Amino acid sequence: MGEFAYVAPATVADTVAVLEEHASAGKRAQVLAGGTDLLVQLRGSDNEPRTIVDIKQLDETNRLDIGADEIFIGAAIASAVLYENEELKALLPGLLESSDLIGSTQIQGRCTIGGNLCNSSPAADTTPAIIVDSGVCVIATNSGTRELPAEDFCTGVGTNVLAPGEFLLGLKFPRPGAGTSDAYLRFIPRTEMDIAVVGVAVNVTLDDTGTCTAARVAIGAVAPTPLMVPAAADALIGTQVDDDALAAAGVRCTEASSPISDKRGTAEYRRKVVAVLCRRAGAIARDRAMGVS
Amino acid sequence: MSKVHVQTTINGEAVEYLCEPQQSFLDVLREDLLKQGTKEGCATGDCGACSVLLDGRLVCACLMLGVEAEGRTLTTIEGIASDDGLHPIQQKFLEHAALQCGICTPGFIVATKALLDKNPNPDETTIRYWLAGNLCRCTGYDKIVRAVQAAAEELAQEA
Repeated sequence: MGEFAYVAPATVADTVAVLEEHASAGKRAQVLAGGTDLLVQLRGSDNEPRTIVDIKQLDETNRLDIGADEIFIGAAIASAVLYENEELKALLPGLLESSDLIGSTQIQGRCTIGGNLCNSSPAADTTPAIIVDSGVCVIATNSGTRELPAEDFCTGVGTNVLAPGEFLLGLKFPRPGAGTSDAYLRFIPRTEMDIAVVGVAVNVTLDDTGTCTAARVAIGAVAPTPLMVPAAADALIGTQVDDDALAAAGVRCTEASSPISDKRGTAEYRRKVVAVLCRRAGAIARDRAMGVS
Repeated sequence: MSKVHVQTTINGEAVEYLCEPQQSFLDVLREDLLKQGTKEGCATGDCGACSVLLDGRLVCACLMLGVEAEGRTLTTIEGIASDDGLHPIQQKFLEHAALQCGICTPGFIVATKALLDKNPNPDETTIRYWLAGNLCRCTGYDKIVRAVQAAAEELAQEA
């Protein structure tokens, strides 16, 4: 084994300083939250020496705040902790469903939605849900923080916009009002413990007559990054989110996808399934927004 | 790289050790503390053989660094039985022959402990989903599920 080091800074400023020092010295540093991806990497092909920077000691990354207008979820909060929060589950059911789908009970005890986003897998379960819930990344920088819509965060397979010296503090979401809800569905060939073949998240806002006034749709595992599909959202807005509108949105998802064929599914299959999941997730989000489920 | 000094609590006892930054908590347990009841299966968080409780929450010891145990409270399979004998979960695993080779058993017992602490009366579906991260290649799982149900009943009677 080469030169590994571990630091767990007590402040955000110290964390940024450690990351910047390493970047300017040409040394590798990597942020540790739940570790469910990082430790697998350390034991696998990518075992180059580095400094592991644990962000779990920071107040801000452990902060869970459900405010009147805004919800903040710190980047170090384990998925199981989120799922036990009934208020959060009622507000953002689709997001919590997506995070509850990651791994086993054991993984749930450690994994975080911030880590899922920063690992930047095309198949990350929570990223499509974060995107449709209008999640905003709160990123620590050497001059404070910067914010970025979640749909602009991932740049490719395993890559994202974080510059050397930056790290994700957490995600903030607008608190959904009455008539707004979300859903996430993924397809896997088993019932548990697998990686998405396709994932789709939908968020809709309905008015008193059941007409959709706002919508967001995002797809996962069918492109190099999770993708927001504005054309699919447009197919829902102004409708009753009925079968025809959902079918049209599904077609838009198929058109937006550019999947690969791999051991989990062929590209052709994924293009088909993404439309099916869009219809089903859209119907669930609609029913939730109407308060019927 | 220099070793890190860690102070933690394992099975109710204060423990101190020195570990390498990249050592997993599982490596520390097995190689340095010689607590070898916790098993290594995959070392990638897929099999659950290394299940331990971290501040009461079920985690894989292979996906946690040794240094991350600092200031925390951990329970391993060695902390499940009491001085009076086996824990009812262990007893029911024996009675129901819920093991063959035994490599997965410590992980299943610790995972079952976490489940029953949280939900004393789980239905079969809940049990199966909770234990989905614990792999057993011998039993076919049915005897394990029966043992968990029997342990839940036993603990309910004791309570």
